[in-house]
Amino acid sequence: MSPVLGAALDRVDGRAKVTGAARYSGELNLPNLAHAVLVGARVPSGRIIGIDCRQASVADGVHTVLTHLDLPRVAAQPKLFPSLAGLTAHGQSFFPMQDDVVHYAGQPIAVVVADTVERAEYAGSLVQVNYAETPSATLLDQVRDQAYEPQRIFGGLVPGRNPDRGDPESGLRDAELTLDLTYRFAANHQNPLEMSTTTAVWDDLDRLTLYDSTQGPTATQLSVAELLGLPPTRIRVVSHFVGGSFGAKALIWPHVTLTALAARQVGRPVRLTLSRDQMFHSCGHREEQEQRIRLGADRNGRLAALTHDKISLTSHFDDWAETSLESPAITYAAPNYAGGYRLARGNTITPTFTRGPGEATGMFALESAMDELAHTIGIDPVELRLRNHADVDPDTGKPWSSKGLRECYQRGAELFGWAGRDPAPGTRWEGRWQIGTGMATAAYPVAAPISPQRARARMYIDGSVVVEAGISEFGTGALTAMTQVAADGLGLPVDRVRFVGGTTDLPNVAAAVGSAGSGATSSPVHLACTQLRDQLVRQAVADQHSPLHGADPAAVVVRDGRMCLRDRPEVGETYAELLGRNHIPDVETVGTWMPVLAPMTDYAMHTFGAQFAEVAVDADLGLVRVRRLVGVFAPGRILNRKTAHSQLMGGMLWGLSQALLEATRMDPNTGRWANASLADYLVPVNADVPEITIDTIEVPDPVVNPLGVKGVGEIGIVGTSAAIANAVHHATGRRIRHLPITVEDLL
Amino acid sequence: MKSYAETAGAVEVADTAVVRGPNSVVVRLSVNGTFRNILVEPRVSLLDALRDRLDLTGTKKGCNQGACGACTVWVDKRRVLACLTLAITCETREVTTIEGLSDGVDLHPMQSAFVSQDAFQCGYCTPGQIMSAVAFLAEGHAADDDAIREWMSGNICRCAAYPNIRAAIRQVRDEAGTGGPDATG
Ligand code: FES
Ligand code: FES
Repeated sequence: MSPVLGAALDRVDGRAKVTGAARYSGELNLPNLAHAVLVGARVPSGRIIGIDCRQASVADGVHTVLTHLDLPRVAAQPKLFPSLAGLTAHGQSFFPMQDDVVHYAGQPIAVVVADTVERAEYAGSLVQVNYAETPSATLLDQVRDQAYEPQRIFGGLVPGRNPDRGDPESGLRDAELTLDLTYRFAANHQNPLEMSTTTAVWDDLDRLTLYDSTQGPTATQLSVAELLGLPPTRIRVVSHFVGGSFGAKALIWPHVTLTALAARQVGRPVRLTLSRDQMFHSCGHREEQEQRIRLGADRNGRLAALTHDKISLTSHFDDWAETSLESPAITYAAPNYAGGYRLARGNTITPTFTRGPGEATGMFALESAMDELAHTIGIDPVELRLRNHADVDPDTGKPWSSKGLRECYQRGAELFGWAGRDPAPGTRWEGRWQIGTGMATAAYPVAAPISPQRARARMYIDGSVVVEAGISEFGTGALTAMTQVAADGLGLPVDRVRFVGGTTDLPNVAAAVGSAGSGATSSPVHLACTQLRDQLVRQAVADQHSPLHGADPAAVVVRDGRMCLRDRPEVGETYAELLGRNHIPDVETVGTWMPVLAPMTDYAMHTFGAQFAEVAVDADLGLVRVRRLVGVFAPGRILNRKTAHSQLMGGMLWGLSQALLEATRMDPNTGRWANASLADYLVPVNADVPEITIDTIEVPDPVVNPLGVKGVGEIGIVGTSAAIANAVHHATGRRIRHLPITVEDLL
Repeated sequence: MKSYAETAGAVEVADTAVVRGPNSVVVRLSVNGTFRNILVEPRVSLLDALRDRLDLTGTKKGCNQGACGACTVWVDKRRVLACLTLAITCETREVTTIEGLSDGVDLHPMQSAFVSQDAFQCGYCTPGQIMSAVAFLAEGHAADDDAIREWMSGNICRCAAYPNIRAAIRQVRDEAGTGGPDATG
């Protein structure tokens, strides 16, 4: 591997982003563009018994007002399926405006199209709706007694119960020490800064172009094609820059298809942008949930048994729960284990992915419980984790493809200055501030798509290369990292490579979700580029005019675009010389990577890390200030140190935010979110954020994918909230078993 | 001081001659040193005027409610939230957006610092952050970390690039010496 892989290269799209030149999906000003606005249901449950659009329809500039009475029917009932599969990726198994039933507040009930956005918004406010309301349930506590055990969750991909290990009940019974703890989590919304937006343009041949803010252009294409009853060949999706997603744009929600239907109706391009309030009602959320952990251990802290049960609220249409039990099940070598999901239905949109989906809550529960265990037994929290370190996957007994967790604990403890920590809670004061420290393990599964992933590399006669795959750039740094992967594969300087993504015209890769994006894209890019390199080397050694003629291809290396003999670098020629001499305008290869799925291998695949936090708690006011965070992770190979660290840092700050700020509050009387704005739903601002120390342990992983990339998008958030809550306990002696932790909890 | 009633009456009389709207009217804006005429209703915000009418989409819309700072621009060199400003009220003022911060060839030092410190991820908050950051230094605040935290807290970065944003501002502060750059000049 050349030094370009992992180098801290500045983002290749940096200039476009700091000058305002980068065009996001809602920023295309097309001739004749009309603007659509959604009208959402004001009630969470009932029927529409009257909808009067007369005033709205005659308002200035209005082209049309569509309701369930006149919207063309969709061609298929959507079926929720996670986008990682690379197929249709509907966010829920329900499409609105097909009948008069209201299932959740904010459900689209009308679409207004006008010539300006101001006029569309005003006309939207003129739509008069009469509802026959029926009783609603919008909180877990209202329907807890009707909870059921789902067969499968997560679009059918995950069983409703994890397989048992050993005999958990007798493990608990026989344990010297048991803990039985329940954790509650507020609902969370992803709130990417760019609100979801779609622009739909139909041409004369009934072909559709969608400029959509999406984590997966192909996911949009296939999902909309199914709903419109069109072949995917008639739909093109463009999505170059996306202003953040965090799961909100991972699956495809109804507003995208509604925009296409509205544009067809008015015969001109239509843009629809959700309002910030609508972002809370239109693209899912992390569901309100409760998790119960039971631990059985001996006096030395060795776990004998672990059970982990979750109950959460889902929609009327889908058995969705974020998969909170996966990593906690295999983080420690507990011989006896059981875990399962229970669901209760309420008047809500189907919940969905939110950063660190599942693990952000599941590992909070486990790592808070482990801290209580350490405290109860009186051993150091890091030592407790080392005693329970899982040397192999406790579920399958398979070895890890790579791990590095012990090194993460060690390095994290060093960077943090953990050694010599006084374990007694509530004893360190600085003025009126109580000081505490805490730690937690981070774990996240290595996910991979289940379909082949493709990329294309084309070299031009001058030796420059364009590499293409149909991904969107939503802040991960993919454009930059893939430029480096391509440069490495071809032996070129990065400025000779241009990586292009952002449309469904390009070779298909699955939506970049669950930290799988860097593996899913780097693998076919690497394969396409190394194949192209090998093909050109073979051509050179076969070319009697080449200085490399007759050489063994295996003895040829490429540096800076020049093929030469490894032992005699002076013998060689550049790609451009080879192509120019032979009048070859360009050469192209497609790389196809068939992902490795854990069940098919002899290895277990997981990413691990260690989190450390120091907090100060104002004893009079209950304010929590996070003073510093240290995170050390072992995410396989790092493709770009700078952008990877940024993603890990962002994840850790999401953990801080989950711990102390984020909660979407449901008002059960109206059945609506009570704080659906960025002023009322708290996210961190600059003043909330301490300095953060991040390090990575690069353990080679020859199994997960060709470059050994495990991904950095999610692991950073996992465990941070537990480390902070554990530090709050260390500072104050108070154990808070719900998130977020607020001032009221510590007064 | 006049009573409210007097004021209201006075305004009514004084304004009759210049009442404009509610239909579309020509609004003359000076943006980044160039005069542009647009035909808009008086209710159109400066943000929508820039993005939808003038095709200056560098200024972002993150909430349209004054809560996120993504729409930060300068009006007469003071930072304002373009989503809470009516375009028609800017007629006699100079509007500066991210597109006007550099000449298109050389980046403004703050733009370069944002790139080299990786002070963004998705980039959607970035124009607003940069417009705030340049103004922050030009306003002559202490520019230590505490001041940066405080004065930059009107700009949300959901990707949470905050430590790197602080690093970028420190870099510009240090490059410019004690006086601070003549940032808005
Ligand atoms: S868009 Fe103006 S503050 Fe958010
Ligand atoms: S870079 Fe994404 S919101 Fe700041």
